[in-house]
Amino acid sequence: MSAGRQRGQRRPGAFRLGLVAALFVVLAFLTLPLVAIFVEAGPGELLSSLDDPSALEALWLSFQATAIALGLVVAFGTPAAWLLATRSFPGRSLAITLVELPLVVPPAVAGIGLLAALGPNGLLGGTLAETGLELVFQTAGVIVALTFVASPFYVRQALAAFGALDPALIEASRTLGASEARSFARIAVPNALPGLIAGGALAWGRALGEFGATLVFAGSLSGVTQTAPLAIYERFSDDFTGALALSAVLVTLSAMLLLGVKLASHSKVLGSARA
Amino acid sequence: MLALEARSAVGTLEICVGLEVGEAECLALAGPSGAGKTTILRIAAGLLHPDKGRVVCGEEVWLDTDRGIALSPDRRRVGYVFQDYALFPNLNAWRNVAFGMGGVPRADRRERALALLERFGMSRLADARVPTLSGGERQRVGLARALARDPQALLLDEPLSALDPRTRTEAARELIVLLREARVPALLVTHDFEEAAMLADRVAVLDEGKVVQCGRASDLTAAPASAFVADLTGGVVLMGHAHRRRDGLTEVSLDGGGVVLSTGAASGPTAVTVNAWEISLEPAISVNEGSAQNRLPVVVSAVTPVGNRVRVGLLAPQPFTAELTPFAAERLELKPGARAVASFKATATRLVPR
Repeated sequence: MSAGRQRGQRRPGAFRLGLVAALFVVLAFLTLPLVAIFVEAGPGELLSSLDDPSALEALWLSFQATAIALGLVVAFGTPAAWLLATRSFPGRSLAITLVELPLVVPPAVAGIGLLAALGPNGLLGGTLAETGLELVFQTAGVIVALTFVASPFYVRQALAAFGALDPALIEASRTLGASEARSFARIAVPNALPGLIAGGALAWGRALGEFGATLVFAGSLSGVTQTAPLAIYERFSDDFTGALALSAVLVTLSAMLLLGVKLASHSKVLGSARA
Repeated sequence: MLALEARSAVGTLEICVGLEVGEAECLALAGPSGAGKTTILRIAAGLLHPDKGRVVCGEEVWLDTDRGIALSPDRRRVGYVFQDYALFPNLNAWRNVAFGMGGVPRADRRERALALLERFGMSRLADARVPTLSGGERQRVGLARALARDPQALLLDEPLSALDPRTRTEAARELIVLLREARVPALLVTHDFEEAAMLADRVAVLDEGKVVQCGRASDLTAAPASAFVADLTGGVVLMGHAHRRRDGLTEVSLDGGGVVLSTGAASGPTAVTVNAWEISLEPAISVNEGSAQNRLPVVVSAVTPVGNRVRVGLLAPQPFTAELTPFAAERLELKPGARAVASFKATATRLVPR
């Protein structure tokens, strides 16, 4: 009896040890680089290198460009996702696939594509030149690149959030005299809000880290198109501490975003809206 | 008056119906799931457009496919009570009710919503969030919300099915009050014939998208047009007036004559329900030797075989149904016009105030 129990304990013991070891390796591998950013240089050193005006400029530009890009993504992505989630029409699956395509396109390829489409000699280059809108080597170009890479993160999540809504809620709203637009604004959006916030945070996180498409399409001009990731790349060979300081700021912002998403999806107030 | 005609293919179902509901009348659409009951409500509300059809409410034409008229749902003044009530989780109880008050000045909406909730005894929960409400409370908010727009027609989709049996009786009583007070045509969907008989003035039995029989519940029970209708009308509902006896039993004097004893509790206007298979039939000249407290002299109105059973329509003089084996029906020589005694135990009855 007791021998049997011992044997019973030993076998899952070895397996469990293996599981714990695997988790340890995964956690160590994933957190070590992030921890190292804060450990490699002291907090004082990090703070003083943030005094560098060009570093602050890059952070400020990153903040502005990502905020505008997120605004564009939400403004166009929300109604588009609503349409895709609630209507069936020929080509709907194709439309969803097209929306998701930027997820798998390498960022450098996205940059090349944007140049080919919107660059001075691109498909729409002439039309853009006539309107006087310049994108290449301009902050506007940064925003275009960020919007391109970040939008699928938001639209996918919004599509899922709208798809999970009980269709009877919208029908109830319609029978109570609300137009389609009012039903969307007063019922669909508030009840899908946790999903929309999560999607917005993911899109913002992706835009904040954007590098390849921005570099290829808009270049890396300090103060105009040089966002924080590009500034990190520029200084990592000769000013490693400066690169570390910017990295620390980005890691902190990203961690806060992730925390925000977790809180939004578990929050009692917003979470209950999905019940 | 609400008149609805529709012809439409919905999935594999072929809908083909014509219905008329009078002012202040409640017509129940009864039938098994998949018969197209909810589809008809959706056509009336404008949530679904049939291939061909006409919906007229009072003087207003809501839908006429021949003339190219199809009002959107928000332009038809209906009070729709959804199966799970579909309350808005992002709004509290009174805001759910006020949502339908588009034409009311903003300042008056709260007061009007509170007054409606009060009618269903819910004003104390006016500020409660929807997820914190119980099933019965949600139903009452749902009913109050359906009235908020001063509807010209009420559409109720299985209004009691989301409730547990205990809250059902109470909810049914409130529903009857609502239907009586609203004084508008009402269409009520249910798969439960007893519920239809209790709540509605007339019942339309629906099978595979078509109305197979339409009439008063008692007429359907007394003379089912088909085995399908006989099977559906299986439950027995007898209307009467209840009063409590000293021995703890309830005595219900049936409308039109006869008395039923029940172990249930009720007083005043009451519906007695019994399962058809709990009713035994005996020859008209027989001695009471069993334990059954209830013995009603009856006349057989219909004999309908349903599968391996026989449904016997009875008049006592209120119509109801007993379910027997073919062997027993043959031995008793049951045919329309024959006399018999229907017996059932007081413990087999349930009482629903109405």
